[in-house]
Amino acid sequence: MSYTLSVNGRFHDVDEDGETPLLWVLRDSLSLTGTKYGCGAAQCGACTVHLDGRPARSCSIAVRAAVSAQIVTIEGMDGAEAVALRDAWVKHDVPQCGFCQSGQIMSAIALLRNIKQPTDQDIDLAMSGNLCRCATYTRIRAAIHDAAAKLGTST
Amino acid sequence: MIGGALVVGYAATNPMQAIGAILQGGGDDPEPSAFGPFIRITDDGWVTIVNKQQELGQGIHAGLAAIVAEELDADWNKVRVVDARSNFRAYGVQMTAGSNSIASNWDLMRNAGAAARTMFVEAAAARWGMQSSGVVVRDGVLSHPGSNRTATFAELLADASRQTPPQTPVLKRRQDYRLVGTDRVRRKDSLAKSTGTQIYTQDIQRPDLLVAMVAHSPRFGGKLLRFDASDALKVKGVSHVFAIETGVAVLAETTFAAKRGRDALRIEWDDNEAEMRSSPDLVAYFHDIAAGRTDVEPGSFQSTGQSPEAPFDGDVVEFAFDFPYLAHAPMETLDCVAKVDGWDVAITSGAHLATVDQVQAALTARTVPGRVDIEVIPAGGSFGRRGAMSSDYLVECVRIAKRVEGRSVKLIWSREDDMRSGYFRPMSHHRVWVQVGSDGFPERWRFHSVCQNLLPLAPNFTATEGIADSPNLSTAATVDGKIFTPAFPVIVGFWRSVGNSHTAMVMEHVVDQLARRAGKDPVSYRRFLYQKAGDTRRLAVLDELCARAGWDTPLEAGWARGLAIHQAFGTIVGQVAEVRLLDGRPIVRRVVAVVDCGIAVAPDQIAAQIEGSIGFGLSAALYGAVTLKEGLVQETNFDRYPVLRMNEMPAVETYIVASDNKPTGMGEPGVAPIAPAVANAILALSGTPTQRLPLLNSAMNAGFSIGS
Repeated sequence: MSYTLSVNGRFHDVDEDGETPLLWVLRDSLSLTGTKYGCGAAQCGACTVHLDGRPARSCSIAVRAAVSAQIVTIEGMDGAEAVALRDAWVKHDVPQCGFCQSGQIMSAIALLRNIKQPTDQDIDLAMSGNLCRCATYTRIRAAIHDAAAKLGTST
Repeated sequence: MIGGALVVGYAATNPMQAIGAILQGGGDDPEPSAFGPFIRITDDGWVTIVNKQQELGQGIHAGLAAIVAEELDADWNKVRVVDARSNFRAYGVQMTAGSNSIASNWDLMRNAGAAARTMFVEAAAARWGMQSSGVVVRDGVLSHPGSNRTATFAELLADASRQTPPQTPVLKRRQDYRLVGTDRVRRKDSLAKSTGTQIYTQDIQRPDLLVAMVAHSPRFGGKLLRFDASDALKVKGVSHVFAIETGVAVLAETTFAAKRGRDALRIEWDDNEAEMRSSPDLVAYFHDIAAGRTDVEPGSFQSTGQSPEAPFDGDVVEFAFDFPYLAHAPMETLDCVAKVDGWDVAITSGAHLATVDQVQAALTARTVPGRVDIEVIPAGGSFGRRGAMSSDYLVECVRIAKRVEGRSVKLIWSREDDMRSGYFRPMSHHRVWVQVGSDGFPERWRFHSVCQNLLPLAPNFTATEGIADSPNLSTAATVDGKIFTPAFPVIVGFWRSVGNSHTAMVMEHVVDQLARRAGKDPVSYRRFLYQKAGDTRRLAVLDELCARAGWDTPLEAGWARGLAIHQAFGTIVGQVAEVRLLDGRPIVRRVVAVVDCGIAVAPDQIAAQIEGSIGFGLSAALYGAVTLKEGLVQETNFDRYPVLRMNEMPAVETYIVASDNKPTGMGEPGVAPIAPAVANAILALSGTPTQRLPLLNSAMNAGFSIGS
């Protein structure tokens, strides 16, 4: 069946079984491989994308349920928060294996768009759905604080 | 056959050269450079350094490149790193294991950089008509201070390329290092990994590519009896279904079609030779083995003293520990891309042991290793899983690719496949007896350790690594150690820190219990043991750790510190954890770590490895257990195999002891001390020793809670 998806500001027609998880449509059909498969069960957060501005686990959303949403993946991320977080991630050398980091950044962008100066507790709440097996958590925390501080001084 | 005799002769003196002779078919260096296989310099002044090891998160690409750049005096900001393909002739052995990538390549990389530097210096001296001793190199620029002449690598490239590489170039003195050991050594891949642009095996896409998933036996040792593919073949996008040695492969145009096709298979398995027991049965079996109630015969790992077998007498204390199977659970599940074309096999994978993988792929495809080309790309974690000597997932992919010759096959394992596949950190049971002298220190030690072997045919040394050479044994005149090695179908493997992941707990938690029994502080108790052993490195780590952690200062009520120090892969790591108990759950808020890893090449990456190792080790200590129920793995995803999350990660401080010794391992040693550090803090808080991991309830230890 054919579905029209809005991904990163562009419309794409895809021919898929409606039950196909959005994750595999993004990766296999649209070649947006920055969004990763980690568990297939909304347990790890590696597949995090934004649906209408909110972080969502694309492995557990059927493509038919995503047709009316504005979908944004790591490839389409833009704006002050995205840039500040990307710079902070590089400055702190956050990634190790890096596989979870697209999802981490997608969750962090949503956090900073909602809460300009998050506390450690805010970070715990927003980021605990994103697993990192390399346990880069201390650097993720530092990078989010750093990005928030930079955004705070630039406005 | 003269050639055969030559190979045998080689094997007797140098097994690696024998492997090289067999692998020579691999051909020449794919991009020959005047500066050897590891350094390419282009006329834009950029230096490309070839990383022969595997980047799986540990930052090895930056560490090795920094060693080369230091000796070459290159401009670090104009250094890029590329990953080497498999090529024995160009790069030598490519195996990323045992935390030895820096240690084993330290001399090779220094010499490579120094030789290239010498070639530039000679070229400059010749051009300027002077002695080479007057030429200075800094950040890719050669100069002669006396005459104000300068030239860049780019300007001298042609001349330098014609120089003969020196066989024994002069290496820098440690005090002259400007890059190695500084925080300027930074990763080169952070931007790609922060923008979703880093390509992993999972991301490979090609026009001719089929995605494969395999239905494996749900039990270890189970075999395929029969299967019905009719429904699977009706799934849109599914192109092939066939049996292979490890199960039934389903090939499709997309990942989801392959998964649906696999879900539609009807399969009967033959469990006649399969492991059918449950974890409690295995625990009881291990206890029987340690007590000598089975036919599993022990081997000894160490017997010192007059009569090691003599009965203990006097003040004897007995300890027992149980450890579960652990899965690696890297974020990227196992995957591989392969294409077989006649004699040629092309593989793209986050291959850990490229040299071994090359041989295994050749055996599987019935070709020669030289016709196997592995494009080694970064892996989304491994923690030892991709380092299986059987190359299991890679071999499976090659088997499938051979059946559909001429097409690329991307094998994807689901999280459930990955978790069920074994290569687990083995279960183990350790029983320890200590005869304590009137001074409170051990006079005799006896160990009975039960653990499956990680390697067929080799002695089971990893079962007790970290015990046999521990300075904690220093006061004992007699040590008697036995290793029992049961064999059954559950597959075990190398898991970050290997045997140290359980032996550190045994040695370091027993010591705290002995200190407590003797009414001594755990630090002064260790200090005595280390002094007796003459272990000056551990003494230095202990002193630095106490100073940094504030060991002698009080904590708030309800909090306690626990300390552990362990040596693994040549590196000593000490950790102090600050812990409290909240409704029986340990909360770890801060860990102070002190590291002696010889010369610290990349201090910020050493800190990153310590942070990551603590998170990894704490996951295992709190939650980690893979259990079997009638042979079936019960923990197949992160819901039942929890790993540490952001809200549970302690603050970590890393301090590196200054050293002039050669560098030693950093990827694994930080994992070992965290479990005993936390257990020792719990002991201080509650008086309760820890006898099994994980600390929190699991199917391994139902009904157990701390303090009960």
